[in-house]
Amino acid sequence: MSAVTALLARDMRVAIRAGGGALMGALFFLIVVTMVPFAVGPDLKLLARIGPAILWLGALLASLLALDRLFATDHDDGSLDLLMTGNIPLELTVTIKAIAHWLTTGLPLVIIAPVLGLLLNIELRAMGAVALTLLAGTPALTFVGLIGAALSVALRRGGLLLAVLVLPLTVPVLIFGVAAANAALTDGVPFGPPFTILCALSLAALVLGPIAAAAALRHGLE
Amino acid sequence: MPVIDLANPTRFLALVNRVLPWLIAATVMLLAIGLYRAVNAPDDYQQGATVKIMYLHVPAAWLGMMGWAIMTVAALGTLVWRHPLADVTGKATAPIGAAFTFVCLVSGSLWGRPTWGTYWVWDARLTSELVLLLLYLGVLALYWTAEDPGRGARAAAILSLVGAVNLPIIKFSVDWWNTLHQGESIFRAGGSTIYSSILWPLLIMALAFTCLFFALLLAAMRNEILRRRVRAMQMMQAQNLAEAIS
Repeated sequence: MSAVTALLARDMRVAIRAGGGALMGALFFLIVVTMVPFAVGPDLKLLARIGPAILWLGALLASLLALDRLFATDHDDGSLDLLMTGNIPLELTVTIKAIAHWLTTGLPLVIIAPVLGLLLNIELRAMGAVALTLLAGTPALTFVGLIGAALSVALRRGGLLLAVLVLPLTVPVLIFGVAAANAALTDGVPFGPPFTILCALSLAALVLGPIAAAAALRHGLE
Repeated sequence: MPVIDLANPTRFLALVNRVLPWLIAATVMLLAIGLYRAVNAPDDYQQGATVKIMYLHVPAAWLGMMGWAIMTVAALGTLVWRHPLADVTGKATAPIGAAFTFVCLVSGSLWGRPTWGTYWVWDARLTSELVLLLLYLGVLALYWTAEDPGRGARAAAILSLVGAVNLPIIKFSVDWWNTLHQGESIFRAGGSTIYSSILWPLLIMALAFTCLFFALLLAAMRNEILRRRVRAMQMMQAQNLAEAIS
């Protein structure tokens, strides 16, 4: 088993077993989506209109809150230092950690999104497309959040600092994700352009996020 | 004195002490000329006198973006070239740039109320400028919460580089999207579309505010260098005490 697959397997095992991981993120998503109708009222037409936005905001917050687990546990027990001095380039290491994070935190959000769409009265014919936008957009959220996580682990401050750093950078993902999801619900508005831009944002984050995160770790922990 | 000598903080302080009074004098003079020209400039045929908010709003916007550009170059200095004064520059620029961005947003909001009928709209230009303010606040948060100033400076440098992508988005937002904010009328292909009697006071005010920016920046850099010296002396004193006791 190569070093890369070993790291991926280890991270996924740690994420699933310790700290709740997949289920905790999905549970938080469920709770947030449940809170919104209490706040805006149970009017089904209103919920159907803002449903995609609520799903996207819930996914964003659930991804955000899981981010400080990305490096913190490894930093605390010293394995982050070992990874940084290991044979795998640091950029590849953080990419693997981010992929493991997305598989255990982002992907469960995508899977339970259709169920939550029922709670928000989102039309079934469009639910598949909304879930598809989440599938294309949650990697961008993870890889952009990677930068904030690396910056805040170097400073040993988690929590709100991480949110303050990451949220402005995720604004384009949110804009295009909700635009694509709303296009799926509205006839006559093309789904293609915002969706392809969303995919482009994910791909760009996949490349640029690890570079910035590795630089943050190197400079912050030296 | 070659430019490289400025990397020495003492030489830099000497330069600041020489240049700063002239810079302040230039700022005051240009502000006086600019304000006089602005007050006497003609009213807009549609907006009336409220167009004069432009003389504050536009330079503030430009300087907010210039602040982040300076932070980006300083970030390269910190991370790549290891220039001794690079992180001082970045740390000193952040609050000034944030203040100018805030002035831009508030003055623009007050201008929007009589002309557009609303204090705020979520169009691309205003949203990207608000994101710039949030990025500034993020960098300031990094400086405030870092225990080790060196680490905080390097983390802020990385965030400066990442956030630099917002600058072209702000500039071209009025081209790429359908915005309520008006399109480019100064820096555009084909030249400015503003009449000279209104354009010249604007450029003078922009120059005045730029001198103000650099005066504030040099003073802030001087303060930061002195602050670091005080901290170093405090640590040496504490170390001497510890050695004397032991």
